[in-house]
Amino acid sequence: MDFLNAIILLLNYIFIPALTYGSQLALGAIFVTLIYGILRFANFATGDMMSFGTMVTILFTWYFQSIGISLGVLPTALIAIPFAILFMIIYMLFIDKFVFKYYRVNKSPPVQLAMVSIGVMFVTQAVVRIIIGPSDQRFFDGEKFIIKAREFKEMTGLNEGLALKSTQVLTILVTIILVSLLFWFLNKTKTGKSMKAYSDNEDLALLSGIDPKKIVMITWIIAGILATIGGALYGLDKSFKPFTYFNNMLPIFAAAIVGGIGNPFGAFLGGYVIAFSEIFLTYAYKKFFMYILPESMEPESLVQLLSTDYKFAVSFSILVIVLLYRPSGIFKGKVL
Amino acid sequence: MRKNLNVIAAYSIMMALIILVGIFQSWNVALSIFNLCLISAVMTMGANIQWGYAGLINFGIMGYTALGGLAAVLISVDPVQEAWRAGGFDIIMCLWLIIAMVFAIRFILKNFEKSKFRTYGIAAIIVAGIVIIRITAEPGIEAIEGVNPAKTGFLGGFGLPIIFSWIVGAFFAGGLAFIVGKVALGLRADYLAIATLLISEIVIAIIKHEDWLTRGVKNVIGLKRPAPYEVDLQTTEWFINLVEKFNSGKLALISNLADRQAALNQMVIEGSTVFVKLCYSGLFLIVVIILLILTQKALYSPWGRMMRAIRDNEEAANAMGKNVVKQHLLIFILGSAIVGIAGAMLVTQDGLFTPGSYRPMRYTFLIWVMVIVGGSGNNFGAILGGFAVWFLWIEAAPIALFLINFFTAGMADTHALKVHLIESVPYFRYLMMGLGLLLIMRYRPKGILPEKIEIK
Repeated sequence: MDFLNAIILLLNYIFIPALTYGSQLALGAIFVTLIYGILRFANFATGDMMSFGTMVTILFTWYFQSIGISLGVLPTALIAIPFAILFMIIYMLFIDKFVFKYYRVNKSPPVQLAMVSIGVMFVTQAVVRIIIGPSDQRFFDGEKFIIKAREFKEMTGLNEGLALKSTQVLTILVTIILVSLLFWFLNKTKTGKSMKAYSDNEDLALLSGIDPKKIVMITWIIAGILATIGGALYGLDKSFKPFTYFNNMLPIFAAAIVGGIGNPFGAFLGGYVIAFSEIFLTYAYKKFFMYILPESMEPESLVQLLSTDYKFAVSFSILVIVLLYRPSGIFKGKVL
Repeated sequence: MRKNLNVIAAYSIMMALIILVGIFQSWNVALSIFNLCLISAVMTMGANIQWGYAGLINFGIMGYTALGGLAAVLISVDPVQEAWRAGGFDIIMCLWLIIAMVFAIRFILKNFEKSKFRTYGIAAIIVAGIVIIRITAEPGIEAIEGVNPAKTGFLGGFGLPIIFSWIVGAFFAGGLAFIVGKVALGLRADYLAIATLLISEIVIAIIKHEDWLTRGVKNVIGLKRPAPYEVDLQTTEWFINLVEKFNSGKLALISNLADRQAALNQMVIEGSTVFVKLCYSGLFLIVVIILLILTQKALYSPWGRMMRAIRDNEEAANAMGKNVVKQHLLIFILGSAIVGIAGAMLVTQDGLFTPGSYRPMRYTFLIWVMVIVGGSGNNFGAILGGFAVWFLWIEAAPIALFLINFFTAGMADTHALKVHLIESVPYFRYLMMGLGLLLIMRYRPKGILPEKIEIK
């Protein structure tokens, strides 16, 4: 019984939250990695592009709520997301046409493109803050829990409750579907394969008749989809605040690099590596040991490897270590 | 004279703008903008040395700034004797342990061949070391943080004049840069940018949460000042006389004696804050000028030429027998040390140390906008960038308010759009930064004052 309690405890406080957070990071990390692999620069506007997509989702959600459309138990935001994606794609292509294209055509060094993306970051930040303001927005509606902690306790008779939020399940499900679709697209379709070729060797790809304009456009479209869904899922699960999204850029980058930048599957796994290590290292295991150890051996301290203050620092330390020992990421291998 | 015309013109415009603020808003505001401009100028000079001279990206600026600020605290605050007695021994033991650990790792690195075994050995030493250090330090840290937590709860510093911290800050930042450089300089440009950004986040996380050293988010307030205090000035004879002399024309117009005294008092109060700010401006100006002379000398020296050679073609420079790795490390340390000076200056000016206010994500990019807008590789450009961007950052809100009122003049004051826009005035500064950066990158990629190298 105690053993079961211990497992439920870990599930409830480590596994499910980490899986959710990891999925949200993974979507962002694939976004970073795609831009890096095909357009060849580190996109510092990542966090803000995601917050832009989320903002549009929120605006559509509010609109649908005001005209009385809802999905019942599911959040209204799910209907809003496709419209937001459309809007976001237009925004991405607009930015590409007026900002990034010039440098791409001139074959500027990647550093310059990264600097330009900082400019885009500032502008997007301003637009988001001017339209929706810098404060917290909650736009979740519908049924909040699938399993409530108390119900679970009554159902199973265990001491530990397991709370399963609908946003957590939604996040994990949507991520799985989206990522499988993306990998199917990249590996099986002709366009996906030509994207891979373009990322591996630009000159050879151009020689074999691949249209670079089309590749770039499709990259931005996929990026728009990932940014909007990733951002909206994060916002549904936690809340939407532009500055948090901006800060999330760091763990997202960490995930992308840990997974080997330019490698979407690595980025996908990298998201989970970062999320799990953050939560594993900062969780206080006292209660867990109380369940599995005999009473005489119970620990007195919190058995916390690092205080939660260092949560962010954990992922960054992992990144620094990975950068030092395997600059190509832990899941290295072919690019894209 | 002629070829420097654009430099002189740009600086005159900048000064004129600040003077305009002084006339239309107040001299107090103008001087605080000016002081922060000077500090930003020091930071941009540091970043410019790394980026403009050597082409190294350092996004860790805020980490070095925070370390400079920490130096200001450690130098100027009086030591807390009680805390030293309570936990000083444990902390010093820890220090020895860390030193021992570093030497052990060095020993292994020197005496063993590179192998998997060695890597695991080093990892084991680090992990064991951290555990031992935590166990040793825990009681000491708790004892220190327990000493009068509302007022001290930390070890304090050395109780020296705060000016010294500017030099110590440089050493702190340089030391960190040495470690970071050793570790990360081999990375490619964009990786280096991200790695330094993340390392600065780690540094700030440590400063924020190690209360025994920095008081953490409880902040350290009331640091010593190199300038006189306003309250003292207001009662000083010569200062009152000085203010009276300056404003004799205005005072003469007031005939009533009591009114005149009241007006004079008001002027003395205003004058004292302006005077203190002027003292700071003077000090900062001296630092900026010294640094400018040094960096200019370096730029035109054989060393500067070598740095440019390395920047423009690393392989060729390497082939000519220049030690690229060593020079990169050197310039990384130098630039970071300058940023450390700026960090100490910033804390000196504010008189308080608030670890929570160091936001790498916000200010790092601002400093980089300064460097790029001003003109990378050109020290005058970097300083100008610091001035122009900081000025715009502060004055963006009034400018935006003016523009909004201008363009929405036809709307009623209660119109929803107008109200919303006026409420979001503070965020137009991001828009201006972003657009400014994008326009400069596109149409003047070398900055307002581009790099100009002439052989003298």
